[in-house]
Amino acid sequence: MPQLNSPDFFNSSSLLNDEEILIQNTARQWVEKEFNPIVVEHYRAGTFPMDLRFKLGEMGFFGANLPEKYGCAGINNIAYGLIMQELERGDSGLRSFASVQGALVMWPIHEYGSESQKEYWIPKLASGEKIGCFGLTEPDYGSNPGGMITRARRDGDSYILNGAKMWITNSPIADIALIWAKNEDGIVEGFLVERGTPGFETPEMKGKLSLRASITGEIILNNCRIPAENKLPGIKGLKGPLSCLTQARYGINWGVIGAAMACYEEALDYSKTRIQFDKPIAAFQLTQQKLSEMILEITKAQLLTLQLGRLKDAKTMEHYHVSMGKMNNVRMALDIARSARTILGANGIVDEYVSLRHANNLESVLTYEGTHEMHTLIVGETITGISAFRV
Amino acid sequence: MKIVVCIKHVPDTETKIVIVDDGKSINSNGVKYILNPYDEYAVEEALQIKEANEESEVVAISVGDDSTQSSIRSALAMGVDRGTLLKTGNFALVDPFSVAKILAEEIKLESPDIILTGKMSIDAYGSQVPGLIAELLELPVVNLARDIVLSEGKATVKRDIEGGSETLITTLPAVISAEKGLNNPRYPALKGIMQAKKKPLEIKEINLDETDVEIIELTYPKQKPAGRIVGNSADAAVELVKLLRQEAKVI
Ligand SMILES: Cc1cc2nc3c(=O)[nH]c(=O)nc-3n(C[C@H](O)[C@H](O)[C@H](O)COP(=O)(O)OP(=O)(O)OC[C@H]3O[C@@H](n4cnc5c(N)ncnc54)[C@H](O)[C@@H]3O)c2cc1C
Ligand SMILES: Cc1cc2nc3c(=O)[nH]c(=O)nc-3n(C[C@H](O)[C@H](O)[C@H](O)COP(=O)(O)OP(=O)(O)OC[C@H]3O[C@@H](n4cnc5c(N)ncnc54)[C@H](O)[C@@H]3O)c2cc1C
Repeated sequence: MPQLNSPDFFNSSSLLNDEEILIQNTARQWVEKEFNPIVVEHYRAGTFPMDLRFKLGEMGFFGANLPEKYGCAGINNIAYGLIMQELERGDSGLRSFASVQGALVMWPIHEYGSESQKEYWIPKLASGEKIGCFGLTEPDYGSNPGGMITRARRDGDSYILNGAKMWITNSPIADIALIWAKNEDGIVEGFLVERGTPGFETPEMKGKLSLRASITGEIILNNCRIPAENKLPGIKGLKGPLSCLTQARYGINWGVIGAAMACYEEALDYSKTRIQFDKPIAAFQLTQQKLSEMILEITKAQLLTLQLGRLKDAKTMEHYHVSMGKMNNVRMALDIARSARTILGANGIVDEYVSLRHANNLESVLTYEGTHEMHTLIVGETITGISAFRV
Repeated sequence: MKIVVCIKHVPDTETKIVIVDDGKSINSNGVKYILNPYDEYAVEEALQIKEANEESEVVAISVGDDSTQSSIRSALAMGVDRGTLLKTGNFALVDPFSVAKILAEEIKLESPDIILTGKMSIDAYGSQVPGLIAELLELPVVNLARDIVLSEGKATVKRDIEGGSETLITTLPAVISAEKGLNNPRYPALKGIMQAKKKPLEIKEINLDETDVEIIELTYPKQKPAGRIVGNSADAAVELVKLLRQEAKVI
């Protein structure tokens, strides 16, 4: 099956099957019709188009790689990645919305939840009826989440949670928060906290210059009492949240390629029609160098990520593969977005064009889900056998 | 109710077409093919009829080659129940009359209550197939439908005419071709795409007789001449209007 127009210098879409391409095409058309016309107004206002939650759910974009049994689509990881790519081609905020819901809330419930947690929550999250968020980062613990202060104390049939989470995507609009907290033995566990629970507050964080079409907030837990059965029974220790992050980072690996493609295509088009010194600026060697570097980097990322997806489908993907992919792809996308912006000249700084919006967004993506530096150190640890960051 | 939708696998309009050396066909390498957009309206209408009428079935049929399966799968993913590919050797060379004959034979076997098509395919612009099928099946045809209402074995169809619209009633079965705006075609949701894999897609080999119509030549459209700037003072507006009227004859 043919693919919709996409930068594809090495014909890597020939490595995709019909179903994967049909899913990609569907996601592309959906984003172009439903999201692209409204993204700028939301980016300016610092809001997310909340009515899209149900449409995203109807399309099956939340947790699409989880089983049909729980109301999900049960697609493979390549097709899942292609959806992330197409969503982020629209805006990193849109992909973040789907990543958090699917990879950071639905996936851990599916992986570590009780049967009743799965049956209750996953279908509601899949349809967009309920929105979830993932609370790991704290004001004093970002790259080093193992130091977290948030505590969960058992009290009869309840747990009582105390602490504060920060930088939490969707916390102000979430119906349910997956909170990672240490128990009385200092071991990290996951707890599902529903909105409306006394002592649970989610003030919005304002003033972001990046990822503006995505809501970010704090989570304040003040003697927040939840039923003991809201704990995720299937996991203990930091590998709980870290394994979720591996899932979300996998989606980021694909997503940022979409952002890079949007910028590359914009710059390429612009360069062919913008005339300076009586020539299209595409005729100048400096511009051609920029564009050639862009397509080179996109092509490398496509092949790297396709292999990452095949590893994941074969269940042989390791966390360090995902780290290398995030290291490469996010940096690549950010570089391309910035370079594309320069080709647009002064037009590159207005939101009528996509490149600077993507560049600004990608600054967040470079930091969240493990900073670029941390992924560099994870790869370093893998190849040397010596950790430069673990205490 | 049984609904047959005739669909076509066509090059995407964004695709750059390359004519091969014989001057009579296009190089399909690297060409992106899609389900003909007007046929999407027909598919959507069929699905809406199915949803409104219990125990209905929607069948998509297409004349094409192996690659056509992807457009049939797209229709299945939207919600069509099953598909039939009428596979001919060189599908690029099949003329509308041959296509209509092949489709009509298959439609006879299905004996549907209604046959829907797009108003035309966006590649060849023939607009012949719906009328030809209807003639071959001795059924009424209504082209360019903007609205279809079924009741008591009849279809009330609204279509645009110069300066207004016209409403017709036809007996069923009938062939109705869809105009843009008939409805809002749904996206195939992921579940639909996954289910489409499991839906039946029958492939029937068709031996094509000699065709009556032959393509003599394909050519590219004329290159547009470069734009012209008439001037940049207020006087230029007068000049521009004059040129638009006298030279370009657009106003
Ligand atoms: C828009 C946005 C949304 C987010 N959404 C979520 C969410 O939904 N849920 C959630 O839990 N978190 C979320 N985060 C938080 C994100 O995961 C953290 O910001 C990230 O982990 C980095 O933590 P920090 O900001 O505290 O930076 P720090 O950890 O303080 O790092 C500051 C700098 O020091 C560097 N550094 C730290 N340690 C080392 C070391 N050992 N060696 C070398 N360099 C080091 C870092 O790489 C970085 O450059 C979000 C962040 C943003 C910006
Ligand atoms: C916020 C802002 C404020 C401004 N204020 C003023 C102001 O007060 N007064 C004023 O007069 N202007 C102002 N400008 C305009 C600014 O000087 C121009 O944007 C700048 O000269 C670039 O022109 P351009 O945007 O048309 O880009 P273009 O000239 O179209 O350039 C597009 C791209 O092509 C490249 N390029 C062009 N020619 C070549 C070549 N021969 N070889 C290689 N690469 C080439 C450029 O480097 C750039 O990457 C302002 C711009 C901004 C963004």
